[in-house]
Amino acid sequence: MADERILRITMPKWGLSMKTGKIIEWFVEEGSTISTGDDLADIDTDKIAGTLESTVDGLLRRIVAPADSELPIGATLAVVAPAEVPDSEIDAVVAEALAEVESGALEAEAEPEPQSVEVAGRTISYLTLGAETEAEPVVLVHGYGGDKNSWLFVQQPLAEHRPVHALDLPGHGASSKDVGDGSLSLLADTVVGFLDGVGIERAHLVGHSLGGAVVAAAAKAAPEKVASLTLLAPAGFGGRPNAGYLRGFAAATSRRELKPLLGDLFADPGLVTRQLVDDLLRYKRLDGVPEALRTLLGTLLTEAGEQAIDTPGLLAGVEAPVTVVWGREDKILPLPEGKVEQVDAGHMLHMEAANDILRLIPL
Amino acid sequence: MTGTLPTTVTQELGPDALLTAYRTMRTVREFEERVHKEFAGGDIPGFVHLYAGEEASAAGVCMHLDDRDAIASTHRGHGHCIAKGVDVGGMMAEIYGKATGSCKGKGGSMHIADLSKGMLGANGIVGGGPPLICGRALAAKQQGSGGVAVAFFGDGASNQGTTLESLNLASIWNLPAIFVAENNGYAETTSSTWSVATDDIADRAAAFGMPGVIVDGFDFFAVHEAAGEAVARAREGGGPTLIEVKFTRYFGHFEGDQQLYRGDEVAHARENLDCLKRFRTRVTEAGQLTNEQLDGVDTEVAEFIDQAVTEAKAAPKPGPDQLLTDVYVAY
Amino acid sequence: MARSITYREAINEALEQEMERDPRVIVMGEDNAGGEGSPGEMDAWGGVLGVTKGLYGKFPGRVMDTPISESAFIGAAIGAATGGLRPVAELMFIDFMGVCFDQIFNQAAKFRYMFGGKAVTPVVIRTMWGAGLRAAAQHSQSLLPVFTHIPGLKVAAPSNAYDAKGLMISAIRDDDPVIFAEHKLLYDTAAEVPQESYTIPFGEANIVREGSDVTIVAIGRMVGMAAQAADELAGSGIQAEIIDPRTTSPLDTDTILESVENTGRLVVVDESNPRCSLACDIGAMVAQEAFGSLRAPIRMVTGPHTPVPFSDALEDLFIPDAAKIAGAVKKAVDYGG
Repeated sequence: MADERILRITMPKWGLSMKTGKIIEWFVEEGSTISTGDDLADIDTDKIAGTLESTVDGLLRRIVAPADSELPIGATLAVVAPAEVPDSEIDAVVAEALAEVESGALEAEAEPEPQSVEVAGRTISYLTLGAETEAEPVVLVHGYGGDKNSWLFVQQPLAEHRPVHALDLPGHGASSKDVGDGSLSLLADTVVGFLDGVGIERAHLVGHSLGGAVVAAAAKAAPEKVASLTLLAPAGFGGRPNAGYLRGFAAATSRRELKPLLGDLFADPGLVTRQLVDDLLRYKRLDGVPEALRTLLGTLLTEAGEQAIDTPGLLAGVEAPVTVVWGREDKILPLPEGKVEQVDAGHMLHMEAANDILRLIPL
Repeated sequence: MTGTLPTTVTQELGPDALLTAYRTMRTVREFEERVHKEFAGGDIPGFVHLYAGEEASAAGVCMHLDDRDAIASTHRGHGHCIAKGVDVGGMMAEIYGKATGSCKGKGGSMHIADLSKGMLGANGIVGGGPPLICGRALAAKQQGSGGVAVAFFGDGASNQGTTLESLNLASIWNLPAIFVAENNGYAETTSSTWSVATDDIADRAAAFGMPGVIVDGFDFFAVHEAAGEAVARAREGGGPTLIEVKFTRYFGHFEGDQQLYRGDEVAHARENLDCLKRFRTRVTEAGQLTNEQLDGVDTEVAEFIDQAVTEAKAAPKPGPDQLLTDVYVAY
Repeated sequence: MARSITYREAINEALEQEMERDPRVIVMGEDNAGGEGSPGEMDAWGGVLGVTKGLYGKFPGRVMDTPISESAFIGAAIGAATGGLRPVAELMFIDFMGVCFDQIFNQAAKFRYMFGGKAVTPVVIRTMWGAGLRAAAQHSQSLLPVFTHIPGLKVAAPSNAYDAKGLMISAIRDDDPVIFAEHKLLYDTAAEVPQESYTIPFGEANIVREGSDVTIVAIGRMVGMAAQAADELAGSGIQAEIIDPRTTSPLDTDTILESVENTGRLVVVDESNPRCSLACDIGAMVAQEAFGSLRAPIRMVTGPHTPVPFSDALEDLFIPDAAKIAGAVKKAVDYGG
């Protein structure tokens, strides 16, 4: 009875911990014609709000989930179908969708589990989404104080056609908290060791902030393993960094100290949710994390508060295609002079402008 | 297992050790006599409980102890502090409530302590010390340090649940602990012949499965020998001992006590039983020390205590900033 | 994925990880292993509600059964702490403080000050508190205010499994004596708890829920009750902010005051008896420091001035619940208008 002309727009899954999303606002209405890439609605998760883009073209026949409704991942939010499909068929699909939510069937979905691999005596935690294909995999490397979950808006869409691995650098997430001397080369060797450890011959490396410098250093150390480099607001591009943020982040032990700093991460400080602050505090309380962050601070910053890494220098001999993307409103690492891709976002551009980032990664 | 040890010198003490023992007892005596005098002069605040007359107990027990070992004391604690090596100048300043005191003037006579010397403090709570001593003995046992822990307590505390519970705990855990019941005859005004249900406090040892001994508390050598046996047994893993030391105190419960409840035992004891006199007679008659040597100690100690008083009087009181400090390590 | 364990398991895991990390940590208490000297198995109980179960076998000689002799073994834990160990002693029910309180408040709490800053007494006294187990007047009290009153003691009262582990590890590593109050009705509640060791600093309140209309400060099991009330209130358009102090000494007064400055209303929920309670303490602090921000009288939701009754018909009335909390919030919100 399924009519192939009827398409459903469903609640996306942004990150591992997301279980439900709440529609904040629809940008389209019933009767609109929508195209792939159109902004459809703003959706709030317990971590962050994001914009749902259309992946289909057609006539929006019905909005199933009104603004303010909170629904599990996979729940039908809207129905798209050509005008000739009768209303009765649309009604049936809507009824089925509502019944599906009501039954709780959507909430039982099994989640992919993070895995771990030993690299130079450290446990490196990573999450893989997407099945093996002919295409070369993508490896995502987060920034200072971040973790593999920061790719929540990016990893799932990238994984539709290839495996995508998001790892936790030493000192972060669920990886070992020992960072040794915390040097860039140690971090880069960890990424190269990770590729070897999970059997990846060549990958597209995407790094954010400190992770951007790390993947650049990895490309210099093992150029044969790198299909492309995408550097999102990478460290080490000159310009005076927001040392107050970085030092404050390393030192903060309480919510009252941490929360005011986090606003600097985003173009829209309203994106700093309670959950984001709580998650970071939980991370910072783990044994070994304060020491790791202090050590890595010395890798990022000079005593005088200048950038201690020279990323363009690392890229000098790299032959793989390099894309550098920056948020125009970055308040942590300033937009550098010269030609870089720019998006409407702050430092956390892969969260605030995920859809732009997805288009810019040269796959 | 209760018995009275003979008051003979069974353990050889050389002249140096004997001089040390005498110096300790003389220092305590001089300290207490002087505090008695100064208190009467109105210079010393609060409660002060003097140990004069009981010196052989602190000296006889503590001569067996070293830095591994801990003691807990009572409100009548000056003698234990001196015998365990607490700085006498700091003690005097503490009694005067001065910033240079052992506890910066925050503790006073009843709380003089020096944890670096294993002195866990005089204690204002009767029976407060024995549980703590179980803990110190447990720590020594867990650490394998060979250390022992000694609880000094009075006849009053011998009736406290904390003391009786501690005797039991020390016994079942086989702790290297020594319980020294200093029976000076009175808990404040109340006679131990009335308040203690058994004839002797040492009788209670049997109830807790440990040896109990009674010693003449005016006889340094008797205390020293009994304590030596108990300490050796504890160090070797043989468990706790209860030693009852019998004597009388020369002063009231605290300074200012008119002592209307007492008989004439103090005059008798001072004249006939005094630990310093007996010690002197014993060691000079045995030819181990001379009267000149002992007189020399007397003179030195008198000057030493006089200096301690002079310095304590001259020392500053704690500043207002001291009110709020030292409550926590970090808060 | 994120792992969920119970409050009981979280405390057990904290003890195990700290015993593993630091050989100075020992555990003692009545039946903490269970079965000492008895003909059957050792580690029969792991404490009366099983919190220390399993540690005995993992740490030979470091998990000690004690006689029912709280003065002696609580005092011994305190004494051992001055001698280089870091004991975690269990005072089975907080009600039993009556038989060993001297060792806690005249000894442990006072050493540092009365010895002029020279004593360090890193002891943790674990104890069960709170009503709701039909355990009647001598096994159900919420005596945290008594300990909170004493300078020299720190008092932690976790409301969930995550906080329980982090606060316990902090307590063990703390150089001051800590009363660690475990609410007996929370032992089976579960939360996401990292496997790794972590510490939650003392004196840092948790903002359990943000809201702009009223501040609810709640402790221990009452945090969950307050959350229930807040859910109900949200239905009537009242947004409650819930603050869990986590430790009552030190108390995070800044977080409470900042919240009241935003909401203008305060409801303090504490299942203790009302007189000289934490509710009074926090209420008085806010009245003194943030009077100008208050738009309504401070309301206290506490047990009544009675012992805890036995019969469920009475005990359920004794314990503050979501309806009472919601009622107090509504009074505060409706005040003057």
